[in-house]
Amino acid sequence: MKINQEAHTSHISQKFNEELEDIRSQLLEMGGLVEKQVQDAVDSLVDGDSRLASEVRKKDKQVNQLQVEIDEICTHILARRQPAASDLRLVLAVIRATSDLERIGDEASKIAKATLRLAEEGTSPRGYIEARHLGSQVRQMVQDALNAFARFDTAQALAVLREDDKVDLEYRSATRALITFMMEDPRSISQVMNIMWVLRSLERVGDHASNLAEYVIYLVEGEDVRYTKTEKIEKVIRHEEDEVEGNLLGQDQPDKDE
Amino acid sequence: MTTSEKQRTHGMNMDALDRDSGSSELKLSQETPCIVTRDMNLFYGETQALKNISMEIPKNRVTAFIGPSGCGKSTLLRSFNRMNDLIDGVRITGEVNIDDQNIYDRRVDVADLRRRVGMVFQKPNPFPKSIYENVAYGLRIQGINNRRILDEAVEWALKSAAIWEETKDRLHESALGMSGGQQQRLVIARTIAVKPEILLLDEPASALDPISTLKIEELIHDLKDRFSIVIVTHNMQQAARVSDYTAFMYLGEMVEYDNTDTLFTNPAKKQTEDYITGRYG
Repeated sequence: MKINQEAHTSHISQKFNEELEDIRSQLLEMGGLVEKQVQDAVDSLVDGDSRLASEVRKKDKQVNQLQVEIDEICTHILARRQPAASDLRLVLAVIRATSDLERIGDEASKIAKATLRLAEEGTSPRGYIEARHLGSQVRQMVQDALNAFARFDTAQALAVLREDDKVDLEYRSATRALITFMMEDPRSISQVMNIMWVLRSLERVGDHASNLAEYVIYLVEGEDVRYTKTEKIEKVIRHEEDEVEGNLLGQDQPDKDE
Repeated sequence: MTTSEKQRTHGMNMDALDRDSGSSELKLSQETPCIVTRDMNLFYGETQALKNISMEIPKNRVTAFIGPSGCGKSTLLRSFNRMNDLIDGVRITGEVNIDDQNIYDRRVDVADLRRRVGMVFQKPNPFPKSIYENVAYGLRIQGINNRRILDEAVEWALKSAAIWEETKDRLHESALGMSGGQQQRLVIARTIAVKPEILLLDEPASALDPISTLKIEELIHDLKDRFSIVIVTHNMQQAARVSDYTAFMYLGEMVEYDNTDTLFTNPAKKQTEDYITGRYG
């Protein structure tokens, strides 16, 4: 059964409502922090700002700490409430999402490290534009995925999954350009490789954002869409839209009485 | 709602049910039915307690009925061995078929039906007799008095009910001296001693402590190879733990009937979702 964002606020137990609301808002808080980390890491690289890069490295501990805290609350909910159906799916989705967010944090930290290395070894002659471009693209994906989580919005989640295909294309063409450049100017290999790793990290951030989007679909629709083609996922979502039409036609009266 | 969704929720037809998602480990379409009800209605006087129940209960599986008090789940369970006959003013329409025979047919021998469809209640109700005589009771009624046959049957039943080790040295002591959990397993032994096909369990563990409850649940799991089990329980976690299929009932209607894994992770109906997640009321 498809659920909406109010689904977790109507339990008989008010305390349970609060606990579920708590993990949801904590996850979004963690997401906000991670998104900022990606932004700052890319900014530090493009602007050559070592101070900002060090800050990103430092803040990663905070991200890790949040993951541990949220996981602990989820463990308590599982042990004490034995959630079922959409409640269970929410807890599972949150546990999985924290793990992906933490990994995004790690990638941001790696990018910051590249900034620091480039500050020592000298700037790369190429690749900053590509990094900025890919960076803003994947940061937007993370933001959209989190918004989809906040609003239980499967259409937006699907849009994130589609965006990832574009990111992969961008990534490939950018690395190809950089490889060509390195072949022409082998003296720059060391610096350009740093940028290559950054691009790689950004591409991974896109993958993690896609995972978040998949959890949103699992949470809302109850279908596990990991390792599923985008077209199939679209069908999963549309199937539910068909059902809503069924409701409007009055084929599903018992539900309405509730 | 697609066709398969509809069949999944109302009057599910085993042949037609074919979930394509692959999420269900067990598929009703692969099961052999043992109880089949068709358009069954039950009235207590003017009040209708069961409304249009059409369902198939699979053989050698555990099927759980859940739902709020008064939803008709016990009534439905009792109708499977005609326990409702004992209540005045009960009227039943439709069919309840066991082995392709409508059990409400006039020719059906109710005593024989109740041998084939055994029942265990919420409160353990051993007879004020010895442990041995409790288990042998059903066989004695059938006219079996051969000591050797009785000994064998009693041992088999007690072993099957996982209570042999606790009772083998005190078979001739009164059953009333046993703990509640032991008494309940003894009652199950008494029920299965006559080798029924179907076991109906009406809240079998709700008067027991957690350890005895787990023993009963373990027993249910062991017994399903030999019997088809239908259990009514208020404890949703228990239904989730022991059953293969779960039916959610509300106000006398079968709201949703599905694979237990599916029903507890992704129910199709809002009423089911609300009930199993504690949003009901």
